[in-house]
Amino acid sequence: MESGSGQSGAPVERVEPYPDAAAEARLRRQLEETWHVPAGFLGWFAVTDHRTIGRRYIATAFVFFLIGGVLAALMRIQLAVPDNHFLGPDLYNQVFTMHGTVMMFLFAVPVMEAMAVYLVPLMVGTRNIAFPRLNTFSYFVYLFGGIMVIVAMLVNSAPDAGWFAYVPLSGPDYTPGKRADFWAQLITFTEVAALAVAVEIVATVFKMRAPGMSLNRIPLFVWSMLVTAFMIIFAMPAVVLGSTFLLLDRLVGTHFYNPAEGGDALLWQHLFWFFGHPEVYIIFVPALGMVSAIVATFTQRPIFGYRAMVLSLVATGFIGFGLWVHHMFATGLPQLGLTYFTAASMIISIPSGVQIFCWIASIWRGHPRLATPMLFVLGFIAIFVLGGLSGVTLASVPFDLQVHDTYYVVAHFHYVLLGGAVFPLIGALYFWFPKITGRMMSERLGVLNFWTLFIGFNVTFFPMHILGFQGMPRRVYTYPAEMGWGPLNLVATAGAVLLIAGGALFVFNAVRSYVAGTIAGDDPWHGETLEWATASPPPVYNFLHIPVIEGRHAMWDRSLAPPVVTGLRSDCREVLITDVMGAEPVHAYELPEPSIWPFLCSIVTSAFFVGSIFTPWALPVSILPLTVTLIGWFWPKPHPNLRGDQPLVRPVEAEG
Amino acid sequence: MSSRPVIDVSPLPKFAFGHKGLIWWGTTGFMVIEGSMFVMALIVYFYLRLKVDQWPPSLPNPDIGFATANLLLILASCLPNAFAKKAAERFDLGKVRLWLVVLSLIGVVALVLRAFEYTQLNCRWDDNAYGSIVWLLLSLHTVHVATDVVDGAVLTALMFIGPVTDRRFVDVSENSLYWYFIVAWWIPIYLTIYFAPRWL
Repeated sequence: MESGSGQSGAPVERVEPYPDAAAEARLRRQLEETWHVPAGFLGWFAVTDHRTIGRRYIATAFVFFLIGGVLAALMRIQLAVPDNHFLGPDLYNQVFTMHGTVMMFLFAVPVMEAMAVYLVPLMVGTRNIAFPRLNTFSYFVYLFGGIMVIVAMLVNSAPDAGWFAYVPLSGPDYTPGKRADFWAQLITFTEVAALAVAVEIVATVFKMRAPGMSLNRIPLFVWSMLVTAFMIIFAMPAVVLGSTFLLLDRLVGTHFYNPAEGGDALLWQHLFWFFGHPEVYIIFVPALGMVSAIVATFTQRPIFGYRAMVLSLVATGFIGFGLWVHHMFATGLPQLGLTYFTAASMIISIPSGVQIFCWIASIWRGHPRLATPMLFVLGFIAIFVLGGLSGVTLASVPFDLQVHDTYYVVAHFHYVLLGGAVFPLIGALYFWFPKITGRMMSERLGVLNFWTLFIGFNVTFFPMHILGFQGMPRRVYTYPAEMGWGPLNLVATAGAVLLIAGGALFVFNAVRSYVAGTIAGDDPWHGETLEWATASPPPVYNFLHIPVIEGRHAMWDRSLAPPVVTGLRSDCREVLITDVMGAEPVHAYELPEPSIWPFLCSIVTSAFFVGSIFTPWALPVSILPLTVTLIGWFWPKPHPNLRGDQPLVRPVEAEG
Repeated sequence: MSSRPVIDVSPLPKFAFGHKGLIWWGTTGFMVIEGSMFVMALIVYFYLRLKVDQWPPSLPNPDIGFATANLLLILASCLPNAFAKKAAERFDLGKVRLWLVVLSLIGVVALVLRAFEYTQLNCRWDDNAYGSIVWLLLSLHTVHVATDVVDGAVLTALMFIGPVTDRRFVDVSENSLYWYFIVAWWIPIYLTIYFAPRWL
């Protein structure tokens, strides 16, 4: 309705005859050559192509997901029966800390950004992400950070103070050695990587949309990633600062968190949760975008209430910053302050509820096709509603104080995180796998995959609500038989076996389909958004011609001979820059070539981060190499054709 | 599927100044991130202030001599900064070179003054939490000044040795924007470090 025609943003109308096939083939060859992905050993490190980096990011995040899963399995084995001594208390501390840390910092946030790195440039109709070299840098910093903490784990130096590393436990007095320092620097690594991608996404969405894709035609997934990117930009500086304080307290004797010298331990919790609560939404909001994409495609109907959906996403982004104290209800903060956070915590269920009802309305009006991605969405709705309800109960201070630090909380956040983010993510992978690889995933295995995960999930985590009511605390490595928690824990462990089977099934399906799946073709699902307009997998230049968008539903509103942009240079990596509101063409812009420098810079950065765990001298030592690599990164390539003696040419304005 | 060319973008310029261009969005993105960090660090300063009765806790106030000189210098640098930005937007290579050299020299002097500022803080980072946050605030700002001085020096060199393209002028313009950001943040940080102990 709102997406009606007649508002297509085409500033320079110029109808030409259809280009002939020979000209198209020539253009294709030239674009292939211009946008080539560098080959060879060094080329692997120099690549700046968003699809390659996106695929690597996704694959790496899934390796960490598997590592996190193995750690979870170890915990479930340990807790299956009372008085178990499979893991000792010290090892158990490392295992649960690493499980949370790996899942949150090395899997959940990176995998969502990875999906955006791959999909956003395709969905907005451009050839690469903004700042492609920064993208490469981000990936390697993330990879090296992950490798660092895994190596620390293998040498028995894994962090062991919980995924939020509360001081004073993680401070110099109670965690001697380097365990907490590895944690603090892992945070730095992942935040640097995440912030870099966030800036790229904002710039790509605001300035690189295909003509015609005005703000009210941006796909919901892209909206969700835009909101996420803004949340990252405002939330992560708090934890970067917080973890730097922690490192400084431990390394050079500052007193930020030391009450004896005027510091404050609760300061850590404020800084951590000011980031940590938005973090939950940083994981969850992209999943909302994935759900919208899947629901629209598998009902073959536009999502009901586009504006309500977008406003809900934005509202979630704002309210998400007003909730952090609900993690601190048990710290003795003033009562009056707590009531505000109770209210905010309850209010955030409103935009989430609006979205749930919009999806239900969309499914209701359409005729849902229950393919695997859609099954995962339905599973998401069921699980997430349960997790959301237990969340509303936790927003109430008296109730929270009763169940604080029990398995009720563990159940709640696994319902919202696995249900709210991992189920949509797995659905999204089934959905976009054909686009990324060119082959379909097996539907039969997919259905089996869904049911094992869905049943396994509920069998594992539902009993934890009850264990929480029975008083079982979190983070204990074992419990005496007389507490009576044994049977339900055994049930949870049995569920975990199913979950692991589901995970293995997914990996098996992905690998088998990658090798021998049915060829997908460009648009196997009759999708709504632009990524389906190009080949599967997309060519290195994404689109032969930059498309001109004719409606909110780019593919469904497309005319038979779709309008396109011409005149972008094909002999250099030129992209079209458009304006923020209406996506009207503003200027053409050449993106940088692939380069080894971002990789070299990521090595120096990583050496600095790891070195500063051990000595403050890491800073002065790394300044020079850091400067050299940055200069190499930004040093311009001579371009005789862009020599600057011409005055600024104003873009041709739209008529009328 | 045959396509229908409707927009020809070949007459469009190859770059744009300010928010019309892409670089502005990257610069602004990082300014917002770093600005959030400054805000957080200032909040931490006042949060720690509330935890004790005396401020600075059993330490003398910082001296303001070098810091004030630096404040005046940095504020004065806005003028050549504005000239450089304007010259860049007019593609006036001679003036761009001139003002970039002036700005680089100012940056170096500011860094030298900054080194002396540390000697006038009258506290060490490991004395107490006050010392920790004061050192952190000053260092956070110093890192920004130093980064921009190096960045500006490289840009100055590029404007001399070439190749000088349109996009170099955009870089000069965006670099000026970033310097304004650094100048603007020095005012609240200066007031906090040097006058919060006197006034609060």
